[in-house]
Amino acid sequence: MRAPATAATLPRLLAGISDEGPCALEAHQRLHGPLPPPLRSKRERTALLDEVERARLCGRGGAYFPLAQKLRAVLAAGHVRAPRYVVANGAEGDPSSAKDRTLMRLLPHLVLDGVAIAGDLIGARGAVLAIGADAHDAQSALERALQERARADEGRPRTELVTVPNRYISGQETALLRCLEGGAPLPRFASPPHQRGLRGQPTLVSNVETLAHLALIARYGADWFAQLGSGHEPGSVLVTLWGAACNPGVYEVEQGAPLGALIDAAGGAAAPLRAVLCGGLAGGWVDSSEAAMITLDNRALSKRGLGLGAGTLLLLPEHACGLAETARMLRFLAAEAAGQCGPCRHGLPAIADCFEETLRGHRGARGSKRLLELAALIDRRGACSHPDGSARLLRSALRVFARELEWHARNGLCPGCEAEPILQLRPARAPRALAISGAREGARSLR
Amino acid sequence: MSKQRLIVDPISCDAHGICAELLPELIATDEWGYPLLSEQHVPAELLALARQAVRSCPRRALLLAAQREKRA
Repeated sequence: MRAPATAATLPRLLAGISDEGPCALEAHQRLHGPLPPPLRSKRERTALLDEVERARLCGRGGAYFPLAQKLRAVLAAGHVRAPRYVVANGAEGDPSSAKDRTLMRLLPHLVLDGVAIAGDLIGARGAVLAIGADAHDAQSALERALQERARADEGRPRTELVTVPNRYISGQETALLRCLEGGAPLPRFASPPHQRGLRGQPTLVSNVETLAHLALIARYGADWFAQLGSGHEPGSVLVTLWGAACNPGVYEVEQGAPLGALIDAAGGAAAPLRAVLCGGLAGGWVDSSEAAMITLDNRALSKRGLGLGAGTLLLLPEHACGLAETARMLRFLAAEAAGQCGPCRHGLPAIADCFEETLRGHRGARGSKRLLELAALIDRRGACSHPDGSARLLRSALRVFARELEWHARNGLCPGCEAEPILQLRPARAPRALAISGAREGARSLR
Repeated sequence: MSKQRLIVDPISCDAHGICAELLPELIATDEWGYPLLSEQHVPAELLALARQAVRSCPRRALLLAAQREKRA
């Protein structure tokens, strides 16, 4: 293992960022050294797989599935000689998340290193990096990076850059595979990608941030990785901090860091906070009094019914209306559903309608009871987890904004309902003010 | 013999409702007509009916599985 250029401190992933744009190959290699040579034997491959397992690296796309387990499943699936593929998932369909796009834009070589190493580990025939069609900045950074490293990558399988539609559902792994086959982003039922993936072959589908962590673990080892974070959830994680923060942006934080420390690193809250949306649109709201106590790791968050999910933390100021924000999100989730499964196709629009009517005071006090009923009717009844995430968001809003709900049931719309949305959902993505300097400061000051 | 439970492929299911008519003990329908399946294993005395429900689905969306299917 190489001696780490970045010690047991942050930033790790974000160590290579600069104000000058994407980190070039030379600068990247000066910082982290060259990409380790291809694995030559089964012994070398097993050793690195064990290292990844020991590092307990879990998927940063939202599900936090252990990467080593996924890699082993891909290796065990299909015929011994079956061609295997890597699909790097950079679709980032959740409009409240910008960390993957930022990572690909600023550190394309780190992501591409991770793709190459994942390919080595499963003996891949090829790799595809899937990226949202509107993420032009990240696309051009990756295209340039691929040209830059063409010579260094000789002898390795080719990585192809493919754009996928800007839809919320595009990042769902089976929907993503359908996109890569030229279809629409539609999830499928059963047969996971490790059995039937790209071209029908065993495929590793992994989030781009996860692969960037892999690139560092392959160089510096599991022990280095575990010098940050907790024993159960080691390492660092990228988060997108939005809303009422003085310096919103993408930050790298240690797993288990207090949310309060992240907000401090972002220059503090820009206004008194009412609540925080944790994990993205498929995540959940947490009251500001509770938010002050939460730490950014799934073990702690799950006790409150929350998770890191896509890594979004949206700070809702007191003057905004959390119910109005949620109403827009639920309408967005209804519109962005694939529409293949009955309960989701009928249930999500019914939820969005009922939520808006409740907000306007048209449902009186019965609105929330009906909403809970509808949440139960969609939960875990789709081919993918889209309805589950929507039900989670809905339930958390009813719980955290119970006070506002009562007020709305009697009085209808509040002044906060008319205010500018805190989270812009249309156009589907919000590429505003992702302060690079903010990310650096945050990355440094959190450890 | 391993225990079996009913699962539905929600993409194929078109709310025909035949399964719920054949096997109300284990299958209810929601307000849109889609099946709500009992989470329990199918008891031995209902297994024949369950197989008939599986065969009768015009969309082939109802399945008997040995264990919980992993979701995509």
